[in-house]
Amino acid sequence: MKQQLEQIRSQALAALDAAETPAALEELRVSLLGKKGALTAVLKQMGQLSPEERPIMGQVANAVRADIEAKLEERKATIHAAVLEQKLAAEAIDVTIPGDAVVMGHEHPMNQVLQQIKDLFVGMGYTIVDGPEVELADYNFTKLNTEEGHPARDRSDTFYFTDDDSVLLRTQTSSMQIRVMENAKPPICILAPGRVYRKDEADATHSPMFHQIEGLVVAENITMGNLKSALVTVMKQIYGQDAVMRFRPHHFPFTEPSCEMDMQCHKCHGTGEVDGAVCSTCHGEGWIELLGAGMVHPKVLSGCGIDPEKYSGFAFGMGLERMAMGRLKITDLRLIFDNDVRFLNQF
Amino acid sequence: MKLNRKWINEEFVDLSHISDKEYVETMTIFGQKVETWERMDAEIRNVLVGKVVSIVRHENSDHMWVCQVDVGGEEPVQIVTGAQNVKEGDLVPAALHNSYLPGGVHITKGKLRGEVSNGMLCGLEELGLTLNDYPDAILDGIWILNDEDCKPGDDINKVIGNDDTIVDFEITNNRPDCYSIIGLARESAAAFALPMKHHEPVVKGSDAGSIFEKLDVEVPATELCNRYTSRMVTNVKIAPSPKWLRQRLRANGVRPINNIVDITNYVMLEYGQPMHAFDYRYVSSGKIVVREAEEGEILTTLDGNVRNLKAGMLVIADDEHAIGLAGIMGGENSEIMDDTKTVVFESANFNGTSIRQTALALGMRTDASGKFEKNIDPMMTVPAVERACELVEMLGCGDVLDGIIDVLNYVPEAKTVKLEPEKINNLLGTQISAEDMVKYLNLLEIPVEGDNILVPSFRPDLNHMADIAEEIGRSFGYNEIPTTELKLSTQGGYSPMMLLESKAGSLCRSLGYNEIITYSFVSPTIFDQIRLPQDSSLRNALRIQNPLGEDTSIMRTIALPSMLDILARNSAYHNKSAKLYEMTKIYLPTDGDALPREPKMLVLGTYGANETFFTLKGELEAIFAGLRVKKASYTAVNDNPSYHPGRCAKVTVDGIDIGFIGQIHPLVAQNYDIDGDVYCAEINFTQLFDLRLADPTYTPLPKYPTVTRDLSFLCDEAVTVANAEEVITASAGKLLRGVKLFDIYRGTGVPEGKKSMAFSMELRADDRTLTDADSEGVMTKVLSALSEKLGAVQR
Repeated sequence: MKQQLEQIRSQALAALDAAETPAALEELRVSLLGKKGALTAVLKQMGQLSPEERPIMGQVANAVRADIEAKLEERKATIHAAVLEQKLAAEAIDVTIPGDAVVMGHEHPMNQVLQQIKDLFVGMGYTIVDGPEVELADYNFTKLNTEEGHPARDRSDTFYFTDDDSVLLRTQTSSMQIRVMENAKPPICILAPGRVYRKDEADATHSPMFHQIEGLVVAENITMGNLKSALVTVMKQIYGQDAVMRFRPHHFPFTEPSCEMDMQCHKCHGTGEVDGAVCSTCHGEGWIELLGAGMVHPKVLSGCGIDPEKYSGFAFGMGLERMAMGRLKITDLRLIFDNDVRFLNQF
Repeated sequence: MKLNRKWINEEFVDLSHISDKEYVETMTIFGQKVETWERMDAEIRNVLVGKVVSIVRHENSDHMWVCQVDVGGEEPVQIVTGAQNVKEGDLVPAALHNSYLPGGVHITKGKLRGEVSNGMLCGLEELGLTLNDYPDAILDGIWILNDEDCKPGDDINKVIGNDDTIVDFEITNNRPDCYSIIGLARESAAAFALPMKHHEPVVKGSDAGSIFEKLDVEVPATELCNRYTSRMVTNVKIAPSPKWLRQRLRANGVRPINNIVDITNYVMLEYGQPMHAFDYRYVSSGKIVVREAEEGEILTTLDGNVRNLKAGMLVIADDEHAIGLAGIMGGENSEIMDDTKTVVFESANFNGTSIRQTALALGMRTDASGKFEKNIDPMMTVPAVERACELVEMLGCGDVLDGIIDVLNYVPEAKTVKLEPEKINNLLGTQISAEDMVKYLNLLEIPVEGDNILVPSFRPDLNHMADIAEEIGRSFGYNEIPTTELKLSTQGGYSPMMLLESKAGSLCRSLGYNEIITYSFVSPTIFDQIRLPQDSSLRNALRIQNPLGEDTSIMRTIALPSMLDILARNSAYHNKSAKLYEMTKIYLPTDGDALPREPKMLVLGTYGANETFFTLKGELEAIFAGLRVKKASYTAVNDNPSYHPGRCAKVTVDGIDIGFIGQIHPLVAQNYDIDGDVYCAEINFTQLFDLRLADPTYTPLPKYPTVTRDLSFLCDEAVTVANAEEVITASAGKLLRGVKLFDIYRGTGVPEGKKSMAFSMELRADDRTLTDADSEGVMTKVLSALSEKLGAVQR
C-alpha cells in the first residue's frame, strides 16, 4: 500500500508539472483528490490494514495528499501568472498614441505678464485698484500739475469728448493717483493697472490704446531711498536677482524729484555691443528703460487734501506692452491686438 | 537737441580729456539723457590731403589725367582722375586705397584704361559737403584745398572740422534753458564739477546813427509777446561767414547761408534764443507792429509757402502788412538778400502756447517755434541781440547802430526759494551737508545767499523745496542715494470683483477658450453690422471729437462686435476653429453725469466643426456653476436681430436679464465675412457679481439609496423642455431630488407634429428606503400632471 501511495505521489507530481492550463489542473485535482480519485480509492483500502499499520499508513497517505495539494497550489499560481501575463501582453497599447484632446485656452500674453506683476506687488502690500478710462481732464491733467496749454493736452495727443476739453480718454493711469488720494487717508499703497489712450497711429511700436501700471505709496517719512528700494526689489523679482539697475533724473509734472529706472542690457551687459556689432536688444544704449517714477509733487498731495508737510510719497508708472514685448520677445505691437489664435496659443 | 563737443570744449568748459563714452554716460546719469551720439569722422576714413606733384595726360584717354600725389608718405601715389580742374602743385582730398566716403562708398585701387589708380581724388559732394559749407569751391571737379590751412598727409576729417562728436540730448520740457549750447555747457560743467567760462558780448558801436531815428516798434499784442528787443545794423556787406562759424553750424545740422542769416542761427544755437533779421528796405515806414493776424490774412513765408492766417495768430508786421510769422518763420517779403544794406535784428520772447498752437495749425514746426513753445527765458533777448551785433563787428559785415529797442510786457520777478537741508535730506533719504548742497547749486550757477536760493531766470522750473531736492539729488547722484527698505503695515490684495473676474478667466480657459484683448473704441458702423435697430439705446455712444479715424471714433456700448471682428479675422487667417473670450468694459453714457458707466462684459465666441448652441450653453452653465452664480434660466427670444431668431436665448438670473446666448444671425456673420455658424454669449459680468449664491455650507450626505425612474411621453412640438421640467418639478413632490432630460425623439412611431421626451428622475427620502409604491406614486402624479398641463401621453 505504501508503494501504491508513493506511486500515486510520483505520478501525480509529474502529471501536475506537465499540466499547462487551469482546466487540465482542475481535471487532475478531481482525478487525484476527488471522491472517485486515485488517492481516495487507496484510502478506502485502509480498513483492511492492521490497527498498528493504520496510523503509519495514515501518516503516509496524509503526507502524499499534502504534497499533491502543495504542488497543485504551486502549479495553479504559476499557470495563473502565465495566463495573466498572456492577457496583459495581448492588451498592450501604443502609449505614444496622443491622449484624447482636452483643449485648454490661453490667457492673453499681456495679461499673463500683468498677473505676475500684480501678484508680486500684492505680496509687497499693494492693493490693486481699478478706475474709469473715460476721465475728467481734472484727474488726468490739472490735479497732476499739468496746466492748461501743456503740450500733452493738445488735441493732437489726447482724445476728447467735449468741446471744452473737460472729458477725455485717460492718457495715463496716473489719474488713479488722484482718485485714490482724494478718497483714502495715508498710508496708501496701491497699484492701478489699466488701459490708456494716446493719439498715435498703430505701428510696430505704437498703439492708440495700450496699458500702464501705476503705483502709489503715500505715508509719513517716505523717501527717495524707499522708492529705489521698492522698485529694485520688485524688478529683481521679475528680471532676476543679478539684474543691474540704475536711476537717472527725468521730468514728470506730478513728481519731484523725478527719475527713470533702467536695467543694464542682459545681452551686451551694458557695453552696447555684441561680437563687434550694435546690440540688437538695447540698440547700443547698454541700458533698457523700465519705468518712470518720482516723489509725489507737494502740489499734487495738497491738491488732494493730503498735507505735504506731514506726508510724502512716491509714484511710478510703467508700460505693460513694452515689458511684455521685451520678456516674450514679441517683435510687433500689433500682434497683441490682432488676437490670432496661432499667436495666442504660443503663450 | 544736438550739440558738438568741440564747441563746448573751445568756448565754455574744456572736457576734451573726457572720452565720448564717459561724457555721454555722465551726462545721462546727471539728468541730460543722451539719445544718440556719433563721431563726425566715422563715415570718412583714409582720405588724406594730397599735393599733386605731377599731372600728365592718360595715354589711352582724351579726358583722364594721371597724377602723382604726395600724401605725406615717402613716395607719391599714382591716382587717375577724370576731373579737368587739377593743376600741378594743387592740394586735393585723396581717397586712398581701402578708404571710405559718406554713404558707405568703399574706394579701392584699380586700373583705369591700363593705368594703376591707387584711389580717387574727391570733389566737395563726395565728402558730404555742399557749396553752403565751402562757398568758394566748385561742384564740377576736384575740391582744391590750396586756401585751407592744411598740408599733405593731413586727415581730411580734421580739415573740414569732422574731428568732433555730435551728441543728441533728450531735453525734458521743464528745461528750456538746455535747448542751447550755453545751457548744455552749464550742465556739462556741473556734471564734471568744473567751472564754466562766460563771455559777455561787447558791441563797440559805430557812428552810423541811432536805431531810434529809423525804427519804431509797437506791441499791441501784449498777451502774446512778453518782450520784443531789436537792434539795427547798416552798411551791411552780405558774404559767406568765416569757416569756423560755418563749421559750427554744419556740425549742428544748420546750413550756412550768408553772414547775417548765419549770425542769427549761430546765436539761436548758442543762447537758445531764436532771432530773426529783416531787410530794413521792406519794413514799410520803419515801423514794426507785433499784432494778432486778421482772419484770412495772407503771408508768404521764407520757404515760399503761402500761409492763410487765422485770427489770433501772432505776426510781425510793418504798417501795411505782415512781414513774419512771429516765432516761427520770417516772411519772404523782408528776406535778407545779397544786396541788403540795412538789417533789423529781432530778439523777442513770445507766448509759448500761442506759438505752438499756430505752428501746429499751420503744420510748420521750426527750430525757432520748437524753442519758443518751451517758454524760454525772457531775460535772454538782450544778451542774444548784443551777441549778434558783436558777431557782426567781429565778422566785419556791417556797422551797428546805437541804441536798443526793448519793449517789455512781462519780466519774471526775482524769485527765491529757501534752502531747507533737513527737508531735502528727509525727502531724498540722504545726509548731505548744507555746504555740499550750496556747492552743488553753485556748480549749476544757482547762487545761494544765506539760506536763500536766488533762482536765475533761466531756471523757471525751480519753485519749491522738492525742485531743489532734485537738483541736489542728481548732483549727489541718484545712484548714490542709499536704498532703504520700505516697511508699511498695509495689506495688499484684490477686490472681490477682481477675484471673480480672474476666476471666470480660469474657467473659460479650462473650457478651451483663448483670451483676447480688443480696442475700446470702435467704428459707428458696428451697429448696422450687427443689425441693431435704429432706435436702440445702445446706439447712443460717446463720440471722440478728434479720433484717429472713423474706425476708432466711438466708445463701444456693446462688446459683441469686437468679438465678431476677431472671430472674422481668425477665420480670414484660415484658422479652422476658434474659441475666444474677452472680459472687457463697455462705456454707457449716463444722463447728468460727465462720465459714463463702465460695466464689465464677459463675451464668449466660437466657430468650428464641433461648435453648437448646446456646447456653448453647456460651457456657459459650467462657468456659472464655477462662479457659483444662482440658477440661470434661458428664454427663447426671436427679436434680437444680431442672433438667429430660432436659436437665441435671453439669460436671466434671479429675475434679472444679464445677457444673451445664441447663434449669430447669418446676415450678421455675412457682414463680418464669416462662413459657417458662429456662436456667442454676452454676459454683463458686473451684474453677475451680485447674483452669486451665498457661500456654501455642508449638507449631510444621503443615508438612504436614490431610486432612478425614467419617464417617457409624447407631447406637442411646441412643448419645451423647460415647460416639462417645470411641470415635473411642481408635481413630483418632495421626494424628487433631480430631473434630467436624456432623450428627444421624432420619427417612426411618433406622429407628425409631436415629439417624444424622456427624463430621468432621482427620488430619495431622508428617513427611509423608498418602496416601489413610493416611486410608483410619484410617477402617477407626474404623468397625470403632464397629461393635464401639457397634453402629454405616456409612451
